[in-house]
Formats: sequence, C-alpha cells, structure tokens
Amino acid sequence: MLTIDQATYDAIVAHAKRDHPDEACGVVAGPEGSDRPERFVEMVNAAGSPTFYEFDSTDLFQLYKEMDANDEEPVVVYHSHTATEAYPSRTDIGLASEPGAHYVLVSTREHGNNEGPVEFRSYRIVDGEVTEEEVTVVDELPR
Amino acid sequence: MAIEVRIPTILRTYTGGEKAVTADGASLSALIDDLEANHPGLKERLIENGDLRRFVNVYVNDEDVRFIGGLEAELSDGDQVVVLPAVAGGSRYALA
Repeated sequence: MLTIDQATYDAIVAHAKRDHPDEACGVVAGPEGSDRPERFVEMVNAAGSPTFYEFDSTDLFQLYKEMDANDEEPVVVYHSHTATEAYPSRTDIGLASEPGAHYVLVSTREHGNNEGPVEFRSYRIVDGEVTEEEVTVVDELPR
Repeated sequence: MAIEVRIPTILRTYTGGEKAVTADGASLSALIDDLEANHPGLKERLIENGDLRRFVNVYVNDEDVRFIGGLEAELSDGDQVVVLPAVAGGSRYALA
C-alpha cells in the first residue's frame, strides 16, 4: 500500500496537469527503508514527449547524489500518461529499475490541463511483474 | 589502480548486495571487463552490441561518460564511477 499526504498527492496531480499533453515525471524521496514519501522532486521530462519520459542524465545524477547525501531513496517514482489509462505500459515495465519504489501513474486523458479528477494509481514493478496496490491519501504522514 | 564503482540497487544482485565495489582499468571498457571478472553477469547489464546500453547511465567524476568518450573514456587512480539506470518509460509501445 502507498500512503501519501494530500499536499504531495496534489503536487503530483498539478504537475501532470500542467505538463499535459506531454508526460510529466518526478520522484518523492524519503529516508532509506522508511517507506515515507516526504520530499517531492519534480523532474524535467528530457524527452518532452506525449508518449515518453526520461529524466535528464545530469539531473538524474544530481538527484541520486542528493538522495545519497541525505540517506534517502526514491520512495515514489511518478509519471503521467496523457492519452491512455494509468497503467504501466510495456515500456514502463521494461525500464522499471527501482524494485523498492512505488510507481505512481496519473492519467490526464479526461481533463487535460483543466480542473477535474484524474486517475491516480500505484504499482510495484519487480522483475517485469506488475502488482497494483491501494493508495491511501492522508492529511499528514503519521509520525 | 583502484577505482570505486557505485552500483545501483537493481544491479546489487551481482555484487552480493554491495553498494560500491573497487575495480581496475585504464578505460571504461577495461574497467567493465575487470568488473565482469569479479561479478559475472554485470557486463551484459551495461553493454549491448559493443556499446553502453541506451538506458544505462555511467558517470565518471560527476560527468556523463557519453560526453567524454563513452566506453573509451579514460580513467585514472582515484576516479569515481557511478552507474545509474535511466528513469524512463511512457505510454509509447516500443523500447527505443
């Protein structure tokens, strides 16, 4: 199960809506082993594409260096699909490289840049196997 | 010559769980061969058809090796090499 606070949830949705029709991407880092998504980090989609995302290689390096220095790990890796459902594609599955992360997918296909609900779903992707999990949104992460 | 190589989570199965290992080599290519000798299977996860895999990033002293000669990038004692898988995906069907 993914437990995420409302502000972080809203930030992910806002990013996805803002970048629509291109895919948006980022991570939520948290202390190693804590499973707490605490630090929202919006990333630039270097592919700038409606059907593909990729973190810029220099930004990726900086991000991992920062997380390493803070004893953090990527608790959530998120991206949006802008014309299809919020379910991992073959590409998402093939490239998933963080077996410990919650892979969050947001679909903006219904309302695009506008107000309105989005699909927000979370998965584990390990060795090519996808397992959907429940998402619980809380006001604040428990202490 | 000792070069520290930082290994990402997904490849630590090849290093017995170690986050960083030491290897030798005057170029990235030689370094990867040396890694393979001690951690069999690792090379195939880094290289495909004689080149770095498209979705694997390797950095030498904070610099993406694609900008400093790729597999031919020169290494010296004390350099730090970091391997990071690309964070990528998307609704597009094909793997580029």
